[in-house]
Amino acid sequence: MTTEHPSHLAEALRSRRWLLSAWPWRALAYLVTTVPIAGILSVGLLVIGAPLLAAVNGLRLHGRPPSIALLLFLAMGSLTLLALAPIVSFPVAAVERWRVGLVDGRPLASSPWPGLVARYRSAATWREVAYLFWLGGFAPVAYWVFLVLVLLDLGMISSPLLAGDANQPVVIWRPIDSTGEAIPYAIVGVLLIPALWYAAGLLAALQAAVVRWVLARPVDAAALREVARSRTRLVGAYEAERRRIERDLHDGAQPRLTSLTLQLGLARLDVPEDSPAARPLAVAHDQARGLMAMLRQLVHGIRPQSLTDLGLAGAVRELADAATVPVDVSADLRDELPEIVETTAYFVVSEALGNVARHAQATRAAVRLTRAGGDLVVEVTDDGRGGADPARGTGLTGLADRVAAVDGRLLLSSPPGGPTVVRVELPCRR
Amino acid sequence: MSSVTRVVLAEDEVLLREGLVALLTRFDFTVCAAVGTAPDLLRAAREHQPDLVLTDIRMPPGRRDDGLRAAVALRAERPHLPVVVLSQYVQTGYAAALLDSGDGQRVGYLLKDRVAEVTEFVDTLRRVEAGGTAIDPDVVRQLLHRPRDPLSALSGREREVLALLAEGRSNASIAGRLHVSEAAVGKHVGNILLKLDLPPSDDTNRRVLAVLTYLRSDPLR
Repeated sequence: MTTEHPSHLAEALRSRRWLLSAWPWRALAYLVTTVPIAGILSVGLLVIGAPLLAAVNGLRLHGRPPSIALLLFLAMGSLTLLALAPIVSFPVAAVERWRVGLVDGRPLASSPWPGLVARYRSAATWREVAYLFWLGGFAPVAYWVFLVLVLLDLGMISSPLLAGDANQPVVIWRPIDSTGEAIPYAIVGVLLIPALWYAAGLLAALQAAVVRWVLARPVDAAALREVARSRTRLVGAYEAERRRIERDLHDGAQPRLTSLTLQLGLARLDVPEDSPAARPLAVAHDQARGLMAMLRQLVHGIRPQSLTDLGLAGAVRELADAATVPVDVSADLRDELPEIVETTAYFVVSEALGNVARHAQATRAAVRLTRAGGDLVVEVTDDGRGGADPARGTGLTGLADRVAAVDGRLLLSSPPGGPTVVRVELPCRR
Repeated sequence: MSSVTRVVLAEDEVLLREGLVALLTRFDFTVCAAVGTAPDLLRAAREHQPDLVLTDIRMPPGRRDDGLRAAVALRAERPHLPVVVLSQYVQTGYAAALLDSGDGQRVGYLLKDRVAEVTEFVDTLRRVEAGGTAIDPDVVRQLLHRPRDPLSALSGREREVLALLAEGRSNASIAGRLHVSEAAVGKHVGNILLKLDLPPSDDTNRRVLAVLTYLRSDPLR
């Protein structure tokens, strides 16, 4: 497939505008920078192959193999080089992975030096060593062939200029006598330039493909295990923290609250029904009981009991009933909401009404629950003095965090003098 | 009550323990021992041979279900020992373990929150001591909320009755709670037993056990 912006050379080659793009030059840069590396490697390859060459030469020229001492000496050299190959291949592979970026936008990461022993033991190392042999063996041969083709083509193109020379230029297979005779060759030569460009591109693409195939770090089981382990550690730490909080609440806050409620219950037994203290005591007792239930829900990591029992609208009405100022609730919710959205909306209303009670000096408040497109919109307004500032307290920012956790938005308008509007939009994608 | 009820109480949080002692004392129970760990509970109950054991579930040393296990162990020694356990939140498995202990009667499984309803709580203690069985309505509600539960055959009113039934209440008591006639309750109970395929019986406690046994054997669990 041809994309607008190919990410690597092989893809770019399929584009019709290849010759007009920067890709041919990138391919050329890649080929040119290959030359010194491949050159050095090919020398190493020759050294390693030296005993064999010496033996073959000796047989060919003198009818007998060279002396054992010489062969041993050469073999020692080649074995030493072979033994060093895993070490040599490390920087070469790193350079090659970096260099392939010239013709390939998809980065290849190098791993850090793993330590000497590990280096000799990992399969990836020997793939890198194999790559050394390939580069040292294939590249010089292929490049020489390509260079010869380029020189021939240059000869054809320049033949009209050289035709008058005393030493007759030879184009491919026959001497050329006159400029006129050379013209067709020159034309063919010029026409061959794109073909050569494509050949260069193909050569570079082939090399890059080999690099990707051999040097792309195979997914390392050890690394994967390490990643999995650290994830487990993280999840474990998170879970441990949750358990700690749960324990603290369960062993600290909950029994004390139960005890408080119990004391209130006992006090109610002793306060006559008609005493002025009876009513506030009853309210306090009820609120303590409600708080017990809520704390139990929180500790258990579920949602407020009222949400489970009454749904969002009902639970919000409960909150409104418990508020210190009159709160109008209008809810227009037809279909079901995701649980996390319901919980978040509930806490938004709870916190916002808490803020109204604490800071706003309001006489009334209103809560609206509506569906807008795929969102649940929660609006809490009050007629208080306004001037709510997220920077001043953590309540609003905590609320914003809670909302952001479900990909929602929190909007606040609170001019001095009021009214204050907290608007929360919660996406309901299931 | 002909005689004073002697109670051994176990609760690890000091404030609540003292509150419970105050409550029990106020309602003329005698608290022989108020302890804070499961081993202490075992020791105290064996020493005092109380008429009733009231214990929290999560207690030292293990801070898991040590209190419950101590209660079950005590009932293994004395199958008729009335035991009420307090649970911070609903765990149907705990209720089941308790019902399976001893003679399967004289047990109570209550949410701690019920302590706040002082008089109701004391009534429950008395009922268990007198040989009844009391399972927290929330446990039953949790069972009722199960999807595709065979209980879905029950009407809303029947569920209410079932929940009260599970608390070990008599028809008269249920009628009082729901403000309906006792005859109506009797009809509801009959329907429930019919729908749940349970043989009708007059014994309150056996009715409760029958219902709870049925609930516990829910194939979805």
